[in-house]
Amino acid sequence: MSSSTSKLRFATVWLAGCSGCHMSFLDLDEWLFELAAHVDVVFSPVASDIKTFPDNVDVCLVEGAVANADNLELALLLRERSALVVSFGDCAVTGNVPALRNLWSDGEQASRQAVLERSYVELADTGAQHPHAPGIVPELLERVLPLHEVIPVDLYLPGCPPSAERIRAAIEPLLHGAAPAMEGRDMLKFG
Amino acid sequence: MTRTITIDPVTRIEGHAKITLHLDEAGRLSDARFHVVEYRGFETFCEGRPFTEMAGITARICGICPVSHLLAAAKTGDKLLAVQPPPAARQLRRLLNLAQLCQSHALSFFHLSSPDFLLGWESDPAKRNVFGLMAADPELARAGIRLRQFGQQVLELLGGRKIHAAWAVPGGVRTPLSAEARDWILERLPEAKATVALALELFKGLLDGPLQREQGTFGDFPSLFMGLVAADGGWECIEGAIRFIDSTGRIVADGLSEDDYADFLGEAVESWSYLKFPYYKPLGYPEGIYRVGPLARLNVCERIGTEWADRELAEFRQRSGTAGSGGRIVTSSFAFHHARLVEIVACLEGIEQLVADDTLMTGRIRARASLNANEAVGVSEAPRGTLFHHYRVNDEGLITRVNLIIATGQNNLAMNRTVAQIAREFITEPVAEGAEIPEPLLNRVEAGIRCFDPCLSCSTHAAGQMPLRIALVDAGGKVLAERVRD
Repeated sequence: MSSSTSKLRFATVWLAGCSGCHMSFLDLDEWLFELAAHVDVVFSPVASDIKTFPDNVDVCLVEGAVANADNLELALLLRERSALVVSFGDCAVTGNVPALRNLWSDGEQASRQAVLERSYVELADTGAQHPHAPGIVPELLERVLPLHEVIPVDLYLPGCPPSAERIRAAIEPLLHGAAPAMEGRDMLKFG
Repeated sequence: MTRTITIDPVTRIEGHAKITLHLDEAGRLSDARFHVVEYRGFETFCEGRPFTEMAGITARICGICPVSHLLAAAKTGDKLLAVQPPPAARQLRRLLNLAQLCQSHALSFFHLSSPDFLLGWESDPAKRNVFGLMAADPELARAGIRLRQFGQQVLELLGGRKIHAAWAVPGGVRTPLSAEARDWILERLPEAKATVALALELFKGLLDGPLQREQGTFGDFPSLFMGLVAADGGWECIEGAIRFIDSTGRIVADGLSEDDYADFLGEAVESWSYLKFPYYKPLGYPEGIYRVGPLARLNVCERIGTEWADRELAEFRQRSGTAGSGGRIVTSSFAFHHARLVEIVACLEGIEQLVADDTLMTGRIRARASLNANEAVGVSEAPRGTLFHHYRVNDEGLITRVNLIIATGQNNLAMNRTVAQIAREFITEPVAEGAEIPEPLLNRVEAGIRCFDPCLSCSTHAAGQMPLRIALVDAGGKVLAERVRD
C-alpha cells in the first residue's frame, strides 16, 4: 500500500439507512478523481474491501440512524478512530424514516417488539420467533437514534439525500484544512 | 471441533450482510451461508399513512432503486383510484424505469463488481474498488462513471432530482418530458452506447479466458426463472404479465397477474433460518426455487425488440446457454453480469425510441380520481427483479396493511446455494486449526453475492411477508444460544 502520507485518510460508513446518501456521494461522478487526488479511501462499504474500521481516519461520513447493536458498536468505534465525523444525511441527523418505528412503542413494549412481532410472529407461517444468532444477527435497539445521541459529531450534512453539489461544498474545504460554511438553504435543508 | 469463519461485512454490495463458512471436525468446508443483518420495519410503520404517501416513504427503502418503489407504489395507486394512466404517462414511467435500470446496472458492473475481474481476485483488497480502478484504468473508470451519470441525469431531468424524486403518482406522472431533457438525452446517448459496447467487448474477452472457471462455478444450477414479459413474449420492465420458465426452456406458467401473487408464490421457513424462502408454489419447496433479475428477464423473454440488444441476447444465449435447453437458457449466476450489460443496451435503445415520441412532451399525463378500491397490488421490474407492492386501505385512504415482495429476497435461496457452491469449489483443502483461509478465496465467495447485486436495504424491509433469514448453527444443526448484549 503506497499511500502518500500527505493525503487525508477518508472513510464512509452506512448504518440504518437506504444507501441513498452513498449513491449521492457517487453522484460526485468525475469529481471523484479530484477527491482521490486528496484522500485515500481507507474504509467504505461501496469503495473498499477493508473489513475493520481503521485507525487514524481524518474524515468519516456516516449515513444512517443507529438502529441496532452493530450500528452502535461501529458508531463508537469510528468515533474513537476518526478526527472529524460528519453526520451524513437526514437519517443520521434526525433518525428520519427509520425512526418512524419509534412511534410504535407504548408504555408496555418498545417499538422493536411491535415491528418484530408483526414480521416474525404474526405473519410467519411456521417457526414464529424473533431473529437472533449470537455474533451474527444484531439485536434491534429499543429506539432508533440519530447519530449525535450516540457519539459527538463535528458536522451536520442534512438532506434525503444531500445532493452531490451539497456534499462537495461540505467536503471540499475539509481537503484544504478549512471549515465549510454550513449555512443557508442550499446547505441546510432537510428532505 | 467444528469452526465457523465469518466474513463481516460483505463489501461492495448494497446493505448489511455477513457470510459464514462452516468447517467440520477435520477442518473441511461443510457449508456456507449468507446472512442479512439489518431490518427497519416498513410494513409496520406505513400503517396509518395515506396511500398517496407510499411512494415517498417506500422510495426510502432503497437509495439505489427508489424508482422501483416509486413505480410500484404509483401502479398500486392507479388501481386504488381505479384509473388507467394516459398513454403518455405510461411511456414516461417506462422511460424513467429504463434510465434507472441503466444507472443501477452501471453501478453494479463498474463501481462494485468490475474491480474483481479487472484488477484481479488476488489484487490488494485496499485497492480492489472503484478508486483502485480509477487509478489503474482511468479512461475505463471515467466511462463507467459517466454511464451511471447518464442514467442518473435522465432521472433528474424527469423528476427534478437524482435520488428520491416524487414524480410518478397514482394516475400518472407529474410533469412531461421537456425539450431540453430530450435534447440532452439525444446528445449523450452515443457516448453511453460506446461505453456499454466497450464493456461488452471487455467482458466477453474475459469470459473466453480468465473467467471461464467463475462462469462454471458461481451459482450454476438449474432453477426456475421469473419475470414480466410483454403480451408478445418480449422483454418487459413495467407492464405485461408474469412468466415462469424452467432450465430446459419450458414455459411453466404464463400470463400470471400480480393480483394473484399469493397463489403462486409461497414462503418457506428453514429450521436454521429466520428469513423465509420464496418458492413457486405448484412445485413445492425447495423444488420451486426461482431466480429473478437481469438473468431471469433474459431467460423468460422471447426477444428484446430492438436490433442491437437482440443481437447481444442471441450471442448471450449462444455463449452461455445450456445444452439441455438447446442454448435457450443460461443457468450460471455469474452470467448476471453479462445480462446486466445486455440490458443496458436494451435500455439505451429503448430510451432512444421513447424520446422520439412527441406525445411524451405534449400528451395528457395524469388521470385524477378519488379512492375507488380498498385493496390493490402493483408490480414493476426493479433492477434486481420483480417487485410487488400490496396495500389495503380504509375508506379514508389510510393504509391498514402493507406487504412488499422484493426482488432480492426472491434470490435468497439462490444466493445461499451460490456461496456454498463457490466455497466448495475453491476451498478444497482442510483448514488447519489457527490457519486462515486466503483472502482472495474469501473474496470469491463474496463475489458470488455480488453477481446478484443484492439490495439488502430493500429485501429486509419486506419483512412483513419476507423476514430476514438468519441462522448460525453448529455441525449438528443446532441453533446456537441467544445472544445477549447490554
